[in-house]
Amino acid sequence: MPDVKENIEAGTIEAVRGLEADRYSEGFVTDIEQELAPRGLTQETVRFISAKKEEPEWMLRWRLDAFERWQEMEEPDWALLSYPPIDYQDAHYYAAPKNASKYKSIDDVPKEILDTYAKLGIPLREQEVLLGVEGAKETAAAARETPRVAVDAVFDSVSVATTFKEELARAGVIFMSFSEAVREHPDLVRRYLGTVVPPTDNFFATLNSAVFSDGTFVYIPKGVRCPMELSTYFRMNARGSGQFERTLIIADEGSYVSYLEGCTAPMRDENQLHAAVVELVALEGAEIRYSTVQNWWPGDSEGKGGVYNFVTKRGDCRGARSRISWTQVETGSAITWKYPSCILRGDDSVGEFYSIAVTNGRQQADTGTKMIHLGRNTRSRIISKGISAGRSNNTYRGLVSVHPRASGARNFTQCDSLLIGSSSGAHTVPYIENRRADAQLEHEATTTRLSEDQLFYARQRGLGEEQAVALLVNGFVRDVIQKLPMEFAVEAQKLLEVSLEGSVG
Amino acid sequence: MLELKDLRARLSLEGAPDRDILNGVTLTVPAGEVHAIMGPNGSGKSTLSYLLAGRPGYEATSGSAHFLGEDLLALEPEARAAKGVFLSFQYPVEIPGVPVMTFVRAAMNAQRTSRGEAEISAPDFLKKSRAIAERLRMDPDMLKRPLNVGFSGGEKKRLEIYQMLMLEPRLMILDETDSGLDIDALRIVSEGVNALRSPDRAMLVITHYQRLLDHIRPDRVHVLSAGRIIASGGPELALRLESEGYDALIAGAG
Repeated sequence: MPDVKENIEAGTIEAVRGLEADRYSEGFVTDIEQELAPRGLTQETVRFISAKKEEPEWMLRWRLDAFERWQEMEEPDWALLSYPPIDYQDAHYYAAPKNASKYKSIDDVPKEILDTYAKLGIPLREQEVLLGVEGAKETAAAARETPRVAVDAVFDSVSVATTFKEELARAGVIFMSFSEAVREHPDLVRRYLGTVVPPTDNFFATLNSAVFSDGTFVYIPKGVRCPMELSTYFRMNARGSGQFERTLIIADEGSYVSYLEGCTAPMRDENQLHAAVVELVALEGAEIRYSTVQNWWPGDSEGKGGVYNFVTKRGDCRGARSRISWTQVETGSAITWKYPSCILRGDDSVGEFYSIAVTNGRQQADTGTKMIHLGRNTRSRIISKGISAGRSNNTYRGLVSVHPRASGARNFTQCDSLLIGSSSGAHTVPYIENRRADAQLEHEATTTRLSEDQLFYARQRGLGEEQAVALLVNGFVRDVIQKLPMEFAVEAQKLLEVSLEGSVG
Repeated sequence: MLELKDLRARLSLEGAPDRDILNGVTLTVPAGEVHAIMGPNGSGKSTLSYLLAGRPGYEATSGSAHFLGEDLLALEPEARAAKGVFLSFQYPVEIPGVPVMTFVRAAMNAQRTSRGEAEISAPDFLKKSRAIAERLRMDPDMLKRPLNVGFSGGEKKRLEIYQMLMLEPRLMILDETDSGLDIDALRIVSEGVNALRSPDRAMLVITHYQRLLDHIRPDRVHVLSAGRIIASGGPELALRLESEGYDALIAGAG
């Protein structure tokens, strides 16, 4: 008897191979003159980066301290990920288009870079209203005026353009590249940098603290509701380089901000390292919504190339009644190691984590969250949807920790895994540490296989196989998609479809 | 309209030995007619419906099945659907997170696209959906819930018929649509089915019992046993089965 499943696998691989070029439409390379730090990582590299960014002495000190610390640290190996040892000396820790630091306005940005963002659907001229995602326009614009989104565009190690700065400044909002903020708002940066993710936090965060390149700085003043969505678009372009962005968002008392982050990289057959740190601080009564659509090059179907994504993201609900919400759609990267977390320090503060992680081909994802309940009546909610196809592995790893002072703490966790095909893996590793008898902790987990019955049912009604998979997967992730800002939800849905193309025979 | 000639089939599923499930079925359903397929459990009734709809694992080993002159067995399930083949499932599966209307609209547009027709507009779709829900006495809120999730057996069957009325197929295969339905629901569902009877459509009604045939009057009745049609006749054959049982007939067929 022919093994049906084996045939599907062979067919899948064939299909994926054929589709690859279409599947990852962001995989092109921008040909532009580069300025690179010499290969390798030494004190000199750190000084080189700091000098390029014309940083003050305190910033260089901070970096050097982190570097010293990092040299004594060991790479963690507890995650369910397998990859050959990374040679940290074999990469460029700084890559930038030549003269990038000299861009005074959008008119100075070279055409190749503007074209790159236009091709990615991220127009950098303010009159070209954002996000330029096809489909988002049709639906959103029909319903209401297309919403505006301010963009900070980071190209390898530098921010090349930031839009709507003036208009935001009128509302008192500071939105600029991290490098600029170090020069223009040193007091704010010094006051908050490293207070959520200390420079010694973990191997990858410490590495980032030493060599971070660019990222975004946001400050929302007291009582201000940020008048538009803010976003950063990260693009890795240079061969043999890594990206080490640093983002810091501070929401002062009673303020609100929604921030979006998107990432892509060219298709390359080498592995590129991406180790970011994101710190969020929500003061009393403030709310931060942070959404990510991560679509780094995942490598080909045999696991060649792809981005290694080792990211530390953490939010501190520092004030009472503050709220931080993480929403992530992870479809890219060969390796994902990422646990966006909330420290619920303020009384009555709320932390949320909504995640969709898709792995296909040979991708590996180990992702989840930590909810640290320190304050009274703190609440947290975790909804995680993992989808594994091809020969990939997808792990949810989470911690809910209730500390002795956190009376009345509550958590609800739901982890659902969906398996497509017979060669993928789904794993759930939830940790719970509870020091309070009155805490209410709920945990639900399911693992289901996308069934032949469901597929046949949908096909009997006229849906093609890929359409049927897309519809079923969209159903599976629906409650998380609904948490995304609308423009991103449309993009995320398309991305899911594309990521899972060729996942069934 | 539907022509089956000496159709033989085998079931090959992973982890189970191959099994012969149809042993030469010959059957013609002309346009405009309703044929009932009756027979005891395990006689091959559901198999026949799956084979015609193209369920993976159900392979024809010889014979042929033509629908509107086209070789049905050569088509993918979705292509058969676009040609107008609709199977009302005996056990409809749950589709979590996908609201009924979203699912049906996607299906309808997929079929239309594949036939080279324009997609249905949202207002037209809603209007049609509302009218059909009303005819089937369905609570409109049901259609906003994920397909078949948490619905009773009877509600699921009603949703199958809702989909059938929405998609307006040419060949309707009803696999034990009566199971799970109470008397009132059976009448309402049957009225819906009868509304689709027309000179350019054909229907295969698979059932154990006569009671569905009181509502959906068949033109012909066929009795399936051990993968073969052992008797065919008019509606009176169903009544005879009801009073005498299958055993007598099977014994007679030797």
